[in-house]
Amino acid sequence: MEDFQIIDNCLMVRMPKEVDHHLASYISENADHYIMEDEVEHVVFDFEDTRFMDSSGIGIIMGRYRKIACFGGRVYAIHVDRQIRRILDLSGLNKIVEVIS
Amino acid sequence: MDMIATRERNEMEICFDAVSVNESFARVAVASFASHLNPTMEEISDIKTAVSEAVTNAIIHGYENYEGYGKYGNSRPAGSVVHPGKVRLHCLMEDGIIHIEVADQGKGIGDIARAMEPLFTTKPELGRSGMGFSFMETFMDDLLVESTPGQGTTVRMSKKLSAGAWIGGEE
Repeated sequence: MEDFQIIDNCLMVRMPKEVDHHLASYISENADHYIMEDEVEHVVFDFEDTRFMDSSGIGIIMGRYRKIACFGGRVYAIHVDRQIRRILDLSGLNKIVEVIS
Repeated sequence: MDMIATRERNEMEICFDAVSVNESFARVAVASFASHLNPTMEEISDIKTAVSEAVTNAIIHGYENYEGYGKYGNSRPAGSVVHPGKVRLHCLMEDGIIHIEVADQGKGIGDIARAMEPLFTTKPELGRSGMGFSFMETFMDDLLVESTPGQGTTVRMSKKLSAGAWIGGEE
């Protein structure tokens, strides 16, 4: 399955097994490309495969949120496990991102 | 036999290049070193996150190797510069407490108190969140940062693992 997919007006981003600085720019740059080129409205980060995330993941989500929030877009985090939910809660991102287990 | 072994002192030290591919290596190495104390999943996850933050800081801020593996996935972007430098990771397990030290000889931190503030980052353009030190503080019991501009930074943190006490109680 592709890491980046456009379904209607949503960009679906399949997050890697481990989300850290090493892969952060791969995710951010590709997501931004689709946000700009295809004018998507919402972004969905799918954490189905993800077993680890550090603060680099917060940077990725926050940066994409800034790009689409001014146009009324929303950011979703789905298939979130306990570790990732804790990181999202601690950073306060749960206030701006719809988190769905 | 195992019960006695876990009460003993155990120490390890590794030294690796300050490149982003070693971030996962470092946290997995520490997690595996700590696994002898039979920690909970949550403790392992806390330690991995804290180590990841400290090592990433050394690589990005200490040695200014920002790039990670750009948008082409598992290959470094053409023309990217890698600054030479090593990160030293030292772990000591004693009395059920794991002490972790992450040291670099990079550019150092001028204002440590400022750097440790939540959401403060010198690299917003890189999409850094400024949450690194906050996560280390939250996920570990103790955190101490020493730094000399131009000479490097050492982060010391420790965490008591509940499994240490539990195994002791069974004896």
